[in-house]
Amino acid sequence: MNINLKVWRQENKERKGGFKTYRLQDVDPNISFLEMLDILNNKLIKQKLDPVAFDHDCREGICGSCGFMINGQPHGPQKATTVCQLHMRSFSSEDEIVLEPFRAKAFKVIKDLSVDRTSFDRIISAGGFIPVDTGNAEEANTTIVEKTNADEAFLSAACIGCGACVAACKNSSAMLFTAAKVSHLALLPQGEPGKKERVQKMVATMDEEGFGACTNTGACSAECPKEISQENIARLNREFIKSQL
Amino acid sequence: MKNPVLDPRTPSGALHRCWSNHKEDLGVLSGEEANKYKVIIIGTGLAGASAAATLAEKGFNVDAFSYHESPRRAHSIAAQGGINASKNYKNDGDSTKRLFYDTIKGGDFRSREENVYRLAEISANIIDQCVAQGVPFAREYGGLLDNRSFGGVQVSRTFYARGQTGQQLLLGAYSALSRQLSKGKVRFFPRHDMLDIVVVDGKAKGVVTRNLLNGEINSHYADAVILATGGYSNVYYLSTNAMASNVTANWRAHRKGALFANPSFTQIHPTCIPVKNNFQSKLTLMSESLRNDGRVWVPKKKNDPRKPNDIPENERDYYLERIYPAFGNLVPRDVASRRAKEVCDSGQGVGQTGIAVYLDFKHVIKDKGKEYIEEKYGNLFDMYQKITDENPYKAPMKIYPAVHYTMGGLWVDYNLMTTVPGLFSIGESNFSDHGANRLGASALMQGLADGYFIVPHTITDYLSSEKPGSLNNTNEELFKKTTQKTAQEIEKIMNIKGTLVVDEIHRELGKTVWDKIGMSRNSEGLQEALESIPKIKEKFWTKLLIPGSKEDFNQELEKALRLKDFIELAELMALDALERKESCGGHFREEFQTKENEAKRNDLEFMYVAAWQYNKHGKPKLFKENLEYKNVKLKTRSYK
Repeated sequence: MNINLKVWRQENKERKGGFKTYRLQDVDPNISFLEMLDILNNKLIKQKLDPVAFDHDCREGICGSCGFMINGQPHGPQKATTVCQLHMRSFSSEDEIVLEPFRAKAFKVIKDLSVDRTSFDRIISAGGFIPVDTGNAEEANTTIVEKTNADEAFLSAACIGCGACVAACKNSSAMLFTAAKVSHLALLPQGEPGKKERVQKMVATMDEEGFGACTNTGACSAECPKEISQENIARLNREFIKSQL
Repeated sequence: MKNPVLDPRTPSGALHRCWSNHKEDLGVLSGEEANKYKVIIIGTGLAGASAAATLAEKGFNVDAFSYHESPRRAHSIAAQGGINASKNYKNDGDSTKRLFYDTIKGGDFRSREENVYRLAEISANIIDQCVAQGVPFAREYGGLLDNRSFGGVQVSRTFYARGQTGQQLLLGAYSALSRQLSKGKVRFFPRHDMLDIVVVDGKAKGVVTRNLLNGEINSHYADAVILATGGYSNVYYLSTNAMASNVTANWRAHRKGALFANPSFTQIHPTCIPVKNNFQSKLTLMSESLRNDGRVWVPKKKNDPRKPNDIPENERDYYLERIYPAFGNLVPRDVASRRAKEVCDSGQGVGQTGIAVYLDFKHVIKDKGKEYIEEKYGNLFDMYQKITDENPYKAPMKIYPAVHYTMGGLWVDYNLMTTVPGLFSIGESNFSDHGANRLGASALMQGLADGYFIVPHTITDYLSSEKPGSLNNTNEELFKKTTQKTAQEIEKIMNIKGTLVVDEIHRELGKTVWDKIGMSRNSEGLQEALESIPKIKEKFWTKLLIPGSKEDFNQELEKALRLKDFIELAELMALDALERKESCGGHFREEFQTKENEAKRNDLEFMYVAAWQYNKHGKPKLFKENLEYKNVKLKTRSYK
């Protein structure tokens, strides 16, 4: 298949960026999307041009490194799929494919399609943990956790922190990301101590980092490659209100 | 270079008292005293993040570096199947001793008894710790923790969180680390590569790093350095490791005097999605846990063109069940891999390339229903379908072995210290506990054992006899010099200005290493590798093309610096494999096999750890740490 790429090129966060177009011919539909970009980059390098910068690592859909907009959708058209798991067979020959970085005030562009998502780490540092020192834990099976709660907590904890939720949101809100962590810990008895402080600090940090407010449109959850449910947001709101009482 | 002392410093006395006695003898520091020291940790995966968090809890100041933007991106996150612990929750007769024995035997008797026993002993604490941190392990309906079984063992001791155990454990360690970040006890340097170790008066006192965002090269001082930088499977180009996983930190430490142990001990994982074309950038693992429910087979007839579901039962060869009636599909990884290669080499392989075998879930879906499989392996089945465009609920998966883990690594003593005092190595980056083959669900266990429970004690012991320091006039010059050397090397690479991109050379290296130092090796092939690798090195230094500038976010330059070290490592791997004239675990020398094509060990001559010393001017020098088995009887591994 042949494809026409329109790629956002931006040298760094200070410089202005813009689109450049590239045509690739005879692309094997069975290669992954990132392998297609590898091919493009090898071509560019051979022409002594700067390759397209993009983040990626595990290429198994779990590390959360990859992610950019493909035709206006975070991670592209396939449901519940990160860019690295997307294959060229999802497109047709002669398609125009537009690539842009995740855009948000709290995600500064590093170069081309690569953005700085360390603001997520600062939200976690604000309270996304259980304060327990190493070596002080009691025998594991003395903590009984209802299977339904454990399974629910797991689903929330499955967030890969890729930032698609923020990119999908018209307000660039980090609500789903933050809510997933709050939920994961709130659903478990281990998360009980420090519960109030956790949700308050995490929400405050979210605001400080420049993420927008949540208006419950659900775009985040719809675009989430791990299908993190919007129910997490309801749970965060509940935890937040409870913490004020 | 001075001759290193290869003293494993293993404690004497009864095996089950070794670690507790040793711990009582180790020096301690109060929180207030610890606060005067700084420790540098390179790599913040499972081992690095857990060590950083624990050391900070003890009062040390930690500077942690990673080439990732966040600790949560480390490749530990991709571990699927689970983590072993000898809790005996299933009441199936598991114990510390049994986990110890399985691990020693699984490693084909090429690891230290004392280390492995300690690992088994600590395994139970890890689960306690992780549960306390809120890791959402799978649970039974009664609310207690669930277990499953894994390759190479007959008890159920593997704790798991669907097919995402590594993710949940790493996020646990990351959250513990985040807590210390918020207290200011840990400083995290994202997107930094470590490019050299600074050794002052024979002791590791700092590192040189490159900031990947702007190319800045800086040195950092510390009282001790921990390397937690994972394995080197990417020397094969195609592996299940993440794209950026590399050997650079370890190799640079090796060049500064740290001995490298058993470099040729690499693990080929039996259940990966087969290679499909020349553009392939990496391979994807399908968790070994699938072998609990899936059955491995190939058609009895060679080059059988029929679809798998059209081949009747009596024309299928369930070769693992046939050859190994006792363990069947659950034989260890090295055995399962080699047998897959054997049937494919004989023409029974399946799929377009003929280089694949079937992993079939038909029987279990019929017996227990689709929901059972969905619940246990749903994410793996989805992933398989995304990659291959085939539905594994309807037709069997096609799988083939791929490089997955490296047992070799920096040589460390019982305290996890390398031959450079003050330089420690933890997790996959050291050589320690898995001998010549690692059992499934043991990598997560070792990473967390080292990080949470071992190195925090042993490094405290080391530091308790060191005066806390800082950069002063006498060593400032040395730090400057080391930094300059790194800058010069980068300059040199930028100036090659050839015509080949990094991947082209890496692919060539990978093919050589896979063909000659892969699933099976022989003297002739290894000699060939030793001849062709220097040519690849030559190509690197004359034909490489790096675009852009070194002061920029330059992903090609990052890759080139890593490839340079992989090439040097590959040579050492070939040498090590050639020198070890026996077969053991993942190291299968074709000249040394039994009549049944199983690995044939030579305990009389090769029951040692091969530790190599870097030699700038010629052949590396081999040092041997002889292994002694006082608590287990040596025997030929049998899974029949």
